[in-house]
Amino acid sequence: MMPDLGKYADTVLSAYAASILLLAALVALSLWRGRRLRRDMQDMEQRMRRDG
Amino acid sequence: MIALLLRDLRLAIRAGGGFGLGLAFFLIVTVLVPFAVGPQSALLATIAPGVLWLGALLACLLSLDRLLALDWEDGSLDLLATAPLPLEAVVTIKALAHWITTGLPLVLAAPALGVLLNLPGPGYLWLVISLAAGTPALSVIGTFGAALTVGLKRGGLLLSLLVLPLYVPTLIFGAEVARRGAVGMDTATPLLMLVGISAGALALLPFASAAVLRVNLR
Amino acid sequence: MTQPAMNSSLWSYANPRKFLATTERLMPFLWTVALICLVTGLVWGFFFTPDDYRQGSTVKIIYLHVPSALMAINAWMMMLVASLIWLVRRHHVSALAARAAGPVGAVMTVIALVTGAIWGQPMWGTWWAWDPRLTSFLILFLFYLGYIALWEAIEDPDTAADLTGVLCLVGSVFALLSRYAVNFWNQGLHQGASLSMDAEENVADVFYLPLLVCIAGFVLLFIALVFYRTGTEIRARRIRALQARERAGA
Repeated sequence: MMPDLGKYADTVLSAYAASILLLAALVALSLWRGRRLRRDMQDMEQRMRRDG
Repeated sequence: MIALLLRDLRLAIRAGGGFGLGLAFFLIVTVLVPFAVGPQSALLATIAPGVLWLGALLACLLSLDRLLALDWEDGSLDLLATAPLPLEAVVTIKALAHWITTGLPLVLAAPALGVLLNLPGPGYLWLVISLAAGTPALSVIGTFGAALTVGLKRGGLLLSLLVLPLYVPTLIFGAEVARRGAVGMDTATPLLMLVGISAGALALLPFASAAVLRVNLR
Repeated sequence: MTQPAMNSSLWSYANPRKFLATTERLMPFLWTVALICLVTGLVWGFFFTPDDYRQGSTVKIIYLHVPSALMAINAWMMMLVASLIWLVRRHHVSALAARAAGPVGAVMTVIALVTGAIWGQPMWGTWWAWDPRLTSFLILFLFYLGYIALWEAIEDPDTAADLTGVLCLVGSVFALLSRYAVNFWNQGLHQGASLSMDAEENVADVFYLPLLVCIAGFVLLFIALVFYRTGTEIRARRIRALQARERAGA
C-alpha cells in the first residue's frame, strides 16, 4: 500500500502531514467562524423582526 | 511650502521632538553588535556595511510614528488638508523634514560608527553614498506607512510590520553598495537600482500617502 | 433593485444579498469538487508515481509545494484585483472578498515555505537556505501579515477597505521589486549554485498530470474558501450594522 519512500520517508511524510494539517485547520476555522456568524445573524434578524 | 518645512524642522528639533533619538539609537545598536557576534575584527569588518545599514534603517523607523501623529492629534493635519497646498505636497514636505532630521544625521554619523565596527577603508565613502541615496526612500516609504496608521492608538508596532517589508528592496541594494564598495567591487548596478528606488518612491508614493491621509481624515 | 421592505434600509447594498444567495447554492458543489480534485491529485501523486532519479521520493513533495506556491501568488493577485474594483467601483463584496482571501493566501504561502524547507533539507543539507525563491515567499508572507493586521486594526469597515486596498496596491509594487532585488542579492553570492528544484525543469508526463490535478484542486479549494469566507465577512458586517442600529434605537 504505502510506496517505498526509501531514506526520504520522514521528509516526504512530514511535508504531507504539515500541509494537510495546515489546510485542514484553515478549512475548519473558516467553517467554524462561518457557522457561528450565520447563526448570530439569524438570531439578530429574528430579534429585530420581533422588536422592529 | 518652505514655511511648512521650517515649521516641521523646528518642531522636530525642539523639546520632545526626539531629534537626537535616532542618532542615539543608531549608536546603541552599533555598540550592541559586537556584544552579540563577538569582537573578532575580521568578522566585524565583513558585516559592518550591512549592520550599519540595518541600524540606520531601524533608526529611521523609530521616528516615523511621530511624523504625522502629533499633527493628527492637535488637528493641524485637518487644517493642512484643507489648506491651498495639495496634500501630496504636504506629505512630501513631511518626508523631507523626516529625512533632514533623521536620515541626514544618520548619513553623517555613519563613518564614525564604521570605525567601531572595523569598516574597511574604501567602505566609508560607499557607506555614505549608499545611505545618502537610500535614506530618502526610507523617509518617503515611512511616510506612507505613517499615513496608513495615523489614526491608530498603538500604531507603532503595526507601522513597523507594514513598513519593514516595504524597506527590503532599499536595504538589499543599499547594503549591497556598501558591501561591494568595502571590498572594492563594482557598485554601479546596485547604486543605480537604489537611486531608482528613491526617485520612484519620491515621485509616486506621495500620491498614495495623500490618498490614504484623505481616507483617514474623513 | 427590489428589496424586501423590512430591513431594506440596512442592506445599503443589494450586491451582498445576491452574493449570499448565489454562493449558498454553489458551496456544496464547490467544496465537493475541490475535495475530489485535491484527494485524487494527491493520492495519484503520492501512491502512483515513480521516484525521481536525483531526488528520490522527495519529488512527491512537488504535489504540495508547486500548487501552494502558485496559489500564494495568485491569491495576492486576486486581492489586488479585488482591491482595485473596490477602490474604483465601491463594490463592498469585492472589498470583503479581498479581506477573506488574505488568510487563505497566507496559509498557502506558509505551506509553500514549509514544504520548500522540508524538501530542501535532504537536498541542501540545511533546514533553511536563502534561496531566492524561498526568500521571495518569505517576504510575501510578511506582506500578507501586514495586510491582515491592517484589516484587523481599523474599526470603520469602509476606511479599513480603503487603507488595505491602497496597501495591497503599493505592496504589490514592492513585492515585485523585492523579487528582483532578492534574485540580485542571492545570485551575487552564490554564482552558479543550482538551487532550482521546481517544475521549471522539464517534468515528465508521469509527474505532470497528477501535478495538474493537484493544482486544479488547490485552485478550487481557494475559490471555495474565498466564496465561503466572503459570505462570512458579509454576515459579520451585517451583524455590526444591526448592532449599531439596535444601540441607536434603544
